[in-house]
Amino acid sequence: MTITENKPTSVIGTRLLRREDPPLLTGEAKFTNDLNIPGALHLTVLRSPYAHAKIKSIDVSAALKIAGVIAIYTGKDLQSSWASPMPCAWPVTPDMKNPAHYPLAIDKVNYVGDGVAAILATNEVASRDALDAIDVQYEPLKAVVDLEDSLSDKNIIHTELGTNKSYTWPLLVEETPGCVEEAFKKAKYKVKERYVQQRLIPMAMEPRAIVAVPQPFGGDITLYSSTQIPHILKVMTALTLGIPEQQVRVVAPSVGGGFGSKLDVYAEELLCMALSRKHNAPVRWVEERSENTQATIQGRGQIQHVELAADENGKITAVRVRIVGDMGAYLQLVTPGVPLLGAFLYAGVYDIPKAYDFECTSVFTNLTPTDAYRGAGRPEATYAIEMAMEALARAMKIDSFELRKRNYIKKEQFPYVAFSGLTYDSGDHLLAAEKAAKMTDLAGVRAQQKKQNVPGATKLLGLGMSSYFEMCGLAPSRVLASLNYSAGGWEAATVRVLPTNKVQVITGTSPHGQGHETSWAMIAAEKLGVAPEDVDVLHSDTAISALGLDTYGSRSLPVGGVAIALACDKVIEKAKTIAAHQLECATEDLQFANGTFSVKGSPDRALPLAAIAFGAFTAHNLPEGCEPNLEAQVSYDPPNFSWPFGTHMCVVEVDTETGAVEILKYIAVDDCGNQINPLIVEGQVHGGVVQGIAQALFEEAVYDEDGNLKSSNLAEYLVPAACDVPSITTGHTITPSPTNQLGVKGIGEAGTIGAAPTVISAIIDALSGLGVTTMAMPASPQTVWKTIQAATSGGKK
Amino acid sequence: MIPAAFDYKRATSAAEAISLVSQYGSDAKFLAGGHSLLPLMKLRLAQPAMLIDIGRVKDLSYIKDAGSHLAIGALTRHMDVETSKVVHEHAPLLAKAASHVGDSQVRHRGTIGGSIAHADPASDLPATTLALGATYVVQGPKGQREIAASNFYKGFLESDLAADEMLVEIRVPKMQGAGWSFQKFNRRAQDWAIVGVAAWHRKGEAGVALVNMGSTPILATSVANAIAKGASISDAAALASNEADPQSDLNASSDYRKHLASVLVRRALEAASK
Repeated sequence: MTITENKPTSVIGTRLLRREDPPLLTGEAKFTNDLNIPGALHLTVLRSPYAHAKIKSIDVSAALKIAGVIAIYTGKDLQSSWASPMPCAWPVTPDMKNPAHYPLAIDKVNYVGDGVAAILATNEVASRDALDAIDVQYEPLKAVVDLEDSLSDKNIIHTELGTNKSYTWPLLVEETPGCVEEAFKKAKYKVKERYVQQRLIPMAMEPRAIVAVPQPFGGDITLYSSTQIPHILKVMTALTLGIPEQQVRVVAPSVGGGFGSKLDVYAEELLCMALSRKHNAPVRWVEERSENTQATIQGRGQIQHVELAADENGKITAVRVRIVGDMGAYLQLVTPGVPLLGAFLYAGVYDIPKAYDFECTSVFTNLTPTDAYRGAGRPEATYAIEMAMEALARAMKIDSFELRKRNYIKKEQFPYVAFSGLTYDSGDHLLAAEKAAKMTDLAGVRAQQKKQNVPGATKLLGLGMSSYFEMCGLAPSRVLASLNYSAGGWEAATVRVLPTNKVQVITGTSPHGQGHETSWAMIAAEKLGVAPEDVDVLHSDTAISALGLDTYGSRSLPVGGVAIALACDKVIEKAKTIAAHQLECATEDLQFANGTFSVKGSPDRALPLAAIAFGAFTAHNLPEGCEPNLEAQVSYDPPNFSWPFGTHMCVVEVDTETGAVEILKYIAVDDCGNQINPLIVEGQVHGGVVQGIAQALFEEAVYDEDGNLKSSNLAEYLVPAACDVPSITTGHTITPSPTNQLGVKGIGEAGTIGAAPTVISAIIDALSGLGVTTMAMPASPQTVWKTIQAATSGGKK
Repeated sequence: MIPAAFDYKRATSAAEAISLVSQYGSDAKFLAGGHSLLPLMKLRLAQPAMLIDIGRVKDLSYIKDAGSHLAIGALTRHMDVETSKVVHEHAPLLAKAASHVGDSQVRHRGTIGGSIAHADPASDLPATTLALGATYVVQGPKGQREIAASNFYKGFLESDLAADEMLVEIRVPKMQGAGWSFQKFNRRAQDWAIVGVAAWHRKGEAGVALVNMGSTPILATSVANAIAKGASISDAAALASNEADPQSDLNASSDYRKHLASVLVRRALEAASK
């Protein structure tokens, strides 16, 4: 099909204000902890203060005496509640090691925060007081905190596995056997870099909250949860608890952000459900912020070794990557797959031959489990290739933008079949990069830099960039099968035109801040010729939206939004047959525009959709074989991932006396194909960029050698606020995706994917005159200052 | 974030507050703006059995020109110190420091007396009032006494306040046109200082105090003495850490803190000498 760039039509492409915002901004929106559920009991979880320890004994007698405490359960007490251990939906290799993980630890705790006992009380003060009154005797064991230490297997965490290694996953693509090693042997230039992706805490504004509400008879149970995945949760909790799936209903009320941290099946969800059935009463649990930092999954956690081989022109001839991934203490829902989501992307936006040698070994540590966090594997990959390109440019003594230009996949090469066999749908890397350069005033910045960065200057200017792309829009189900992922990648949509020409869209996506109600209403409105305010979007309740695979991986628009468009097509097709029947003509003679069917050439012979809808409802005059009502349901399996891309640039000023870094300018040029709502696209880019800047400069989950989290609250874990980041200037190019009728790609994670290397390369550029060639993340003032000292003759600690 | 159980009484005057705290002794704590105490209570790091709310004691919120000094009631909110014409005219260093406390919401609730009584070396106002040579007026069951700021801070969160005493007034000497500078080095705008410097300088006389460079706010007397003896600013700044004993934490090692202190003292004195 030929997909053309969006021309502004009546709705799509406009900056429609989000309908989600008034309730959110006025406090009217109901989050899980706002739900008024009379008679709900409170659950509190007693958590291990040790990263690695045997549980010798648990004495709950004093806690049981506290007024309001109803019951206390240990891991042993609840064993019969589970039909299976907690699910991991991605066994990445047939021999992947996955230790049994239950909602409460039984004999041993494996991270600080591991649940040890569940306290049920009539109110949260009693359940909190009970925490202090439970006496647990632990036998502490040496904690495994460092990845290289874990790899050595000197101290094995899950002894039944015999190793700390969960899996080794290779991706070796060679034109001829041994050509990678050959390319490195004869390379004119090569670089070998080591990077560390620090652990990050997702810090959604709303901590997790759950209420499980059982029906008194019949076994039905409703789980209200601050989750990104109501549909997946329904299946998984039913399986794990061993209860019939049709008895489980999952509802996500307003959810205050997720970023991947709510893409999971959590111990507390299972505990609330099991205990609510046991006590025949609703059970609610709310996370405290400092609890969230340990009991909710963390992101990233990798050591990366990246090597590039290049010829005399700087054209890359081979890529070799070795990753050690940090799984944490247990495998949560997609934990093992996260490093692999980046596995195909370590050659970045560059045209390379079939000479790609990637291998990831992931290990367990006595730390909070990791899982998907905005970008999930792709920020890590982009950081590695982009920083390696910077290193290669330094080795060749050429400008890194020039080096990139020599390697970009060219516009004419799209759709581009990569070394991996994956097809990158569309792109124009040079165009986006040149736009970014123009918006940054590249020449002006370099001139200013020359003036400012003179010997003895204490404030140095630096320019950084990264060109990225990513694979999102999860995903073609057969590709997921080949990756051993346990679910599919389709999305479902029902579009229903009500008798009075109002439209219901039922989507399988589960928004938690992305503005799907606004965007899906825009798509349906455009297709059906109705006003967006006449479209109601229903979601996040499995009783209403029965089919879906929820929201993560920047999939909702390229999969869910396209499903809605396809369902609208089916509705129009059916409406056309009814119109043809009622207008007494052939369907081929009809056209549909502005919500009206009319006979081509005879515009007075017309019927508005409203009339068709009402007629489908009365069924007084429908064609033979045509069922009443006007609705259609689609389950859409995308034929490919979607591949948004872009170039980010930034200008920083480094105060060499203190190490402080200030971002003076940040330009993001992103291409997500056609934009449904540019306001929402910009919002996604802004938020994503801030999270990438946060990784570069501010955030890190800091653990001591005993596995204690030192940055466990918002005073110590530094989430930047609006005044801590620059004004972000966004631009875009539009390279429609040829794989769907809307020409759209995802955008939710792109900002995060592009930002960290942009900032770090700028700092290195500022300090290059002092001999600095590397910079660890986060580049705190102390880290920057110490790096400068080490590079210059200062050399003091 | 649920504190341990506590009782609560509201005082309507300084006298009533003192009589209440005499009754309950060390089981009781004063509650002013709450921005230091309530987070500690929610994390159960502090578990007072009785909170005596002095936030409505209206007669302790004032800023007066008392001739040689400014008299500031202990319950004056940071926002009022920040925006006061009198403070801007006679103690602009204090107004500037007050403007750096937390963020706008914090400054509308937090009080200067609460900040000083809490005696956190990482707070901005203890060091600033120390640099300015302030005197703190304290009231107890036996009456009032005055304590020089340089004698007030005893250790981490420890001051000369007895358990049955309440800070009622802060007396800040007028700056008489001295140059000044407040340097607060942090990573995020609303954070405590990693290292902070409050400094004034006039005709060879200087006062310099350090934020977050020890278990108490630090009066950098070596720096002030060097200036008085005619040393250059950079030579004086090199002595910044002489009285300090900085800790290492997530943001900064003690060595890096010492380095920052000399850089910031130098920058502060340069700005104060313009």
